[in-house]
Amino acid sequence: MKKVEAIIKPFKLDEVKEALQDVGVQGLTVSEVKGFGRQKGHTELYRGAEYVVDFLPKIKLEVIVSDEEASKVVSAIQKSAQTGRIGDGKIFVYPVEEVIRIRTGETGANAI
Amino acid sequence: MRRMKPILILFLLMASMAPRALWAGETSLGDIKVMVDSLWVMVAGMMVFFMNTGFAMLESGLCQSKNSANILAKNFIVFAIASISFWVIGWGLMFGNGTPYYGHEGLFMLSGADNSPATGDAYAGAYGAINWTGVPLYVKFFFQLVFAATAATIVSGVVAERIKFIAFIVFSFLLVAFLYPVTGHWIWGGGWLGSLGFWDFAGSTVVHSVGGWAALAGCLLLGPRKGKYGKDGKINPIQGHSLNLATLGALILWLGWFGFNPGSTMAADGELIGRIAVVTNAAAAAGVISATAVAWIVLGKPDLSMILNGCLAGLVAITAPCAWVSVSSALIIGAIAGVFVVFSIIMFDKLKLDDPVGAFSVHLVNGIWGTLSLGLFAQKSFDPANMTDGLFFGGGAGLLGTQFIGVIAVGAFTFIGSFIFWGIIKAVMGIRVTEEEEIEGLDAGEHGNRAYPDFVLTTPHGHGR
Repeated sequence: MKKVEAIIKPFKLDEVKEALQDVGVQGLTVSEVKGFGRQKGHTELYRGAEYVVDFLPKIKLEVIVSDEEASKVVSAIQKSAQTGRIGDGKIFVYPVEEVIRIRTGETGANAI
Repeated sequence: MRRMKPILILFLLMASMAPRALWAGETSLGDIKVMVDSLWVMVAGMMVFFMNTGFAMLESGLCQSKNSANILAKNFIVFAIASISFWVIGWGLMFGNGTPYYGHEGLFMLSGADNSPATGDAYAGAYGAINWTGVPLYVKFFFQLVFAATAATIVSGVVAERIKFIAFIVFSFLLVAFLYPVTGHWIWGGGWLGSLGFWDFAGSTVVHSVGGWAALAGCLLLGPRKGKYGKDGKINPIQGHSLNLATLGALILWLGWFGFNPGSTMAADGELIGRIAVVTNAAAAAGVISATAVAWIVLGKPDLSMILNGCLAGLVAITAPCAWVSVSSALIIGAIAGVFVVFSIIMFDKLKLDDPVGAFSVHLVNGIWGTLSLGLFAQKSFDPANMTDGLFFGGGAGLLGTQFIGVIAVGAFTFIGSFIFWGIIKAVMGIRVTEEEEIEGLDAGEHGNRAYPDFVLTTPHGHGR
């Protein structure tokens, strides 16, 4: 099993969610996060004084899938989250040791 | 018929309660004038009272959310404090008959003899300086009270986000009890500046500059908010938490000014209050547009908080001359105010005088500008009995010179007096909250409240603590 984690532009969330549903993803977790990469922050002006916004708002999404589905899910995110401009984000894939469904106690791929 | 009986009785009752004179045909035009004038002055006074809401929203919107409850508490209690201190002694010092420097007849608690609404020579009482308006004493008091409270409210914005609640309460009491009424006496209470020919129709100096000077003294003794200025002199903006509230506040203040200026006629003179309302509005409109344009050109973007300050700058500036200048002059006065406000906000920041809401630039700078503008734009034709022409209308520099003397005298007295009062408060009880409390927010520290208990704080100082 794999965990696919992606940092994306917030306005892309709906498109990514639909693309993931289209490839059969059943559940997903999102968080509002802040950060910077090569895009860096930018300066803004308040009442005549400049300030730097270092951390830009992003969405982090996490989805757990079986080994076979991982590449499909990665490419779905990559296509749907892409604008072609700097700041589109990143995708990380991790191995997952175990999954347990709390309600029933099922484990492994059945619990995803 | 039986069912009609109660109605008939009610009708008779109403008839007997109606002013006796109406039925007997004895009502004089003078009685009706007193009624109508009183109604207008009371309604205008209530509009000025509503400006407390405007200041509360503007100031809380332009400050951080962790200090909102504290700012609201200050703006709320300041009217209560002013209500008592102005009644106890402020009114008597300001309007009581006395020396050219302060009033002393009927000093305490409105206790002087008074036969209002008699006016002019027919008036025989302790408050002769305000005998020109034909309304009852309590109407005069109410209208003057809401003005006095406005001056104290101005201080609140400048000292926000770091002052101790109790220090603000004590200073507000002293300002409205002693400082505001003394300079008010000089100008509106039969004192030396009025006799000199200094004019201030609705209080650019009496109310707004006084509030600004008092706040300046406080700001100097208080210092800037933590983190506002870096060690290398860099200015770190501390953003307000809600431009929605700030805009609501500015619009309420704009509305309130239609009571502030036209109400200062203290008489329902239709021609005059209509003209003053239009003149007032013209200055506000010009201030909005010029501040927008200047911010756009100088800062690159039309900062909304500058647009709001531009409106208030125009309104403060037109407050002194509104009865004696034309609509065209008001447009120029307001437009210049809008330019002043943007540049002075930048200037005060560079001087490290930390003013979260721009009150120095709005009330102090433009209170001074408005008072001086009277010396430039006044026209005798609007009030031949009292006014002379300003510099731009062929009257020479005499009026401008007198206005200048007034600005300096009131500024010096209020600044020094405030500095002494703030200094005493600082020595006795301290004026600034602890650094820890400032970081945590004054809502929790001063009041045990949070204006937004279920919001996550994201401000640099509030985050993660």
